[in-house]
Amino acid sequence: MTTQPFARLNDDDLATCVHCGLCLDACPTFRQTGLETESPRGRIYLMTQWKRGGLPFTEDQARHIDLCLGCRTCEAVCPSGVPYGRIIEAGRSEVEHIRRPTPKRWLARTALRQLLAKPRRLRTAGAVTRAAQKVGLTSLVRSGRQLPALRPRFQPPAGGIAPAIGPRKHRVAFLVGCVMPILYPQSHEAAVKLLQLAGCEVWFPRAERCCGALLAHNGDLDGAERLRDVNMQVYRDSNFEALIVDSAGCGAHLKDFYPELEGRVKDLSEWLVDVGLPTPAGEVTMRVTYQDACHLAHAQRIKKQPRDLIRSIPGVELVEMRHPDICCGAAGLYSTLEPAMSARILQEKLDDVLSTRAEVVVTGNPGCQMQLESGLRSRGSTMRVEHVAELVVRAFLH
Amino acid sequence: MMLAPSVIEELRRAVGKEFVIDSSNDLRIFERDASIEGCAPDAVVLPANVAEVSAVIKIASKNRIPVVARGAGTGLSGGAVTIRGGIALQVTRMRRILEIDPVAQTALVEPGVVNQELSLVAATHKLFYAPDPSSQKACTIGGNAAENSGGPHCLYYGVTTNHVLGMEVVLADGSVHWVGGDAPDRVGLDLCGVLVGSEGTLCAITKVKVRLLRTPPSVATLLAAFPTIEAASQAVSAVIGHGIVPAALEMMDSVTVGAVEAHYHAGYPTDAGAVLLVEVDGIAESTLELMTAIRKVLADHHGYAMREAQSPAERDLLWAGRKGAIGALGRIKPNYYLHDGVVPRSRLPQILSAVGEIGVHYKLPVANVFHAGDGNLHPNILFDLRDREVLPQVESAGEEMLRAVVELGGALSGEHGIGLEKSAFMPWVFSEDDLDAMKLVKHALDAHGIMNPGKIFPDPERKMPHLAGRTGLAIEAKWW
Repeated sequence: MTTQPFARLNDDDLATCVHCGLCLDACPTFRQTGLETESPRGRIYLMTQWKRGGLPFTEDQARHIDLCLGCRTCEAVCPSGVPYGRIIEAGRSEVEHIRRPTPKRWLARTALRQLLAKPRRLRTAGAVTRAAQKVGLTSLVRSGRQLPALRPRFQPPAGGIAPAIGPRKHRVAFLVGCVMPILYPQSHEAAVKLLQLAGCEVWFPRAERCCGALLAHNGDLDGAERLRDVNMQVYRDSNFEALIVDSAGCGAHLKDFYPELEGRVKDLSEWLVDVGLPTPAGEVTMRVTYQDACHLAHAQRIKKQPRDLIRSIPGVELVEMRHPDICCGAAGLYSTLEPAMSARILQEKLDDVLSTRAEVVVTGNPGCQMQLESGLRSRGSTMRVEHVAELVVRAFLH
Repeated sequence: MMLAPSVIEELRRAVGKEFVIDSSNDLRIFERDASIEGCAPDAVVLPANVAEVSAVIKIASKNRIPVVARGAGTGLSGGAVTIRGGIALQVTRMRRILEIDPVAQTALVEPGVVNQELSLVAATHKLFYAPDPSSQKACTIGGNAAENSGGPHCLYYGVTTNHVLGMEVVLADGSVHWVGGDAPDRVGLDLCGVLVGSEGTLCAITKVKVRLLRTPPSVATLLAAFPTIEAASQAVSAVIGHGIVPAALEMMDSVTVGAVEAHYHAGYPTDAGAVLLVEVDGIAESTLELMTAIRKVLADHHGYAMREAQSPAERDLLWAGRKGAIGALGRIKPNYYLHDGVVPRSRLPQILSAVGEIGVHYKLPVANVFHAGDGNLHPNILFDLRDREVLPQVESAGEEMLRAVVELGGALSGEHGIGLEKSAFMPWVFSEDDLDAMKLVKHALDAHGIMNPGKIFPDPERKMPHLAGRTGLAIEAKWW
């Protein structure tokens, strides 16, 4: 627990910002509002003043922290190396300690903590939602309408191992995670298939929990630390070359927050390009566009590998949008907590996506997928959204 | 000074309630640009169009409230800092590209359009907007026009004023005018030329008509290392002396290269005393010929490890490193104090050694990254403002560097503007008569002095404008 005000904010981290402003137009909320207060530079300035006592903490100004998507685009364009992700997570955590949460935030946070604490709770919630969708109940609430139609959840194979197809060249662990197996089981299935094709034996650690990304991104660093402790007990003494993650938010969190795993956490696309896939057997005639998941492009700086994978499939035409690396407004719980700003950002994104006239928009994170799907539905578009793995695996299904 | 509630009310009626910010805590976030001085505005107002800009300025005029236009706040001389309080006229909601005429090769844009966005959109017509300040990812065309911004490629293509054909502006009384026009040559008094680079002291800009250029069919970009910064400066003089004007000719010293390489991994040689980044463009035959000639001149002046970009991606990376250089200096120290004096190109070796000596004398690290082809210096004095002891030294070192520039026959600023930062030094280069002539123009357009007051002209009340008095640094240092 913290005693000093804003103790979690590191003054040296804050001091790396030279106030040059190169980040401003990379920030989705600055682009929408044109306000310094809704820009990365403004937020850092605000937190610096809080930390150094130059400005008192007020609820009003905490809004500027709330409105940050945490997309970290600013971090990727910052020449000074400001660790914005670390700063905003610390800032959020402090804000949550100081203020009285609004009922909505309290509810979201408590629900998140409770659901993620035990895998069974989330599975039950998934089953209930699936049943509710069958009878049309979920369409009554906004967040229900955002959900994809749930399929049976992803189940690791019996024995917790999926063998390599052909000679075994690598042994990897796979993060099944919390929401992915329920919301997008087909992404996991495709990812595992690709790993097997690349000669990997895939291990599914049974006692593994949620990585804690959703908690950390929403100011609950204590909760995230508890989950890390549980997971590290699983990973610490096990034998695997890499921990493969097919959800960008989780990958970014594992890379930043699990120092013991240093160098071994790999995004699926990063790993597949590294170890190489066999030559695809089939052709996939399709016009696609690629939406960079923020936590892949900016937090992990992975932009090239997913595109390389897409381009490696014969028949696929990749059409870039004007700003593929600007956030879609999903940002974890953001679309629920800040629906107005999220919707504004989404509309701009949809214009960009639709202008490509692609059949499929490909991405690498469940949040982005859900946001784009619900946005495209609301525009009456037939454009589909797929995980990179789903697209790539088609070339091997013939 | 707080604005009267009735004034705030009027402003809200003019632009809409949510587009006026007057909470004192929030206003503090708007107190700075990318330079080091700061002072909070009394209100931030975000107009959506020229009618609203005019309405806001009428209110300001009636109540004698200062008005300071603000784009992205990336300026380096304090141009957007509301040093006398008043209204920060934030134009970032006005960010539409209204028209691109691929035949006439012009674009009509609102002031909040981001420089790079314009080139990105123009690229679909195989056109580009030439002035490319290093902050082009974020800085706005309105701010560029107000400051007459430069950039690496201005060596060959010219600075902003050479690319602005006309502007819609709002004067201090709220009246709206067009200056300039569609044609590149202006007849009559060149009012557009007067207003471009007036740093917000004469008008607010609401539309800009700019010239676009055809994207050159061939570009060659060369990186060359030199053992010392002196050798690199001699090489620059030699290239120009051979009658070659590259599209860009940039220098970075070893301090800068180290910081840049840490972020961009662009392959800059970190063991070199200095590097030059040289670019030529045109038709393929001519770029090849020019580059061959340049390579020879550089080699004759101790240039080594010369590397030409082999792909557009490699070229972009080399430029990303150069353009992010000033921000990257944050890796060495959290604050920089940056001047942009210009010397005749033949004096580059002398001024660089003078800058180096001043740094050594004050025991302050100095990073040089600049438009060498123009003789436009950018010595960055690096410091940590949390160390209060060092502040007077930083200030004196900066002043001495600028003094050395002037003594070598140079100018106070190449592209960043005078703003707050250099206003006290204006008498070094301008006589009282010169300044009076400028003041007559100012008075004719802004009799009550509400447009960006406290800028350009020396302020008798602010003898030492930099780190003393009502500045962001002093305030922050006090908190510390």
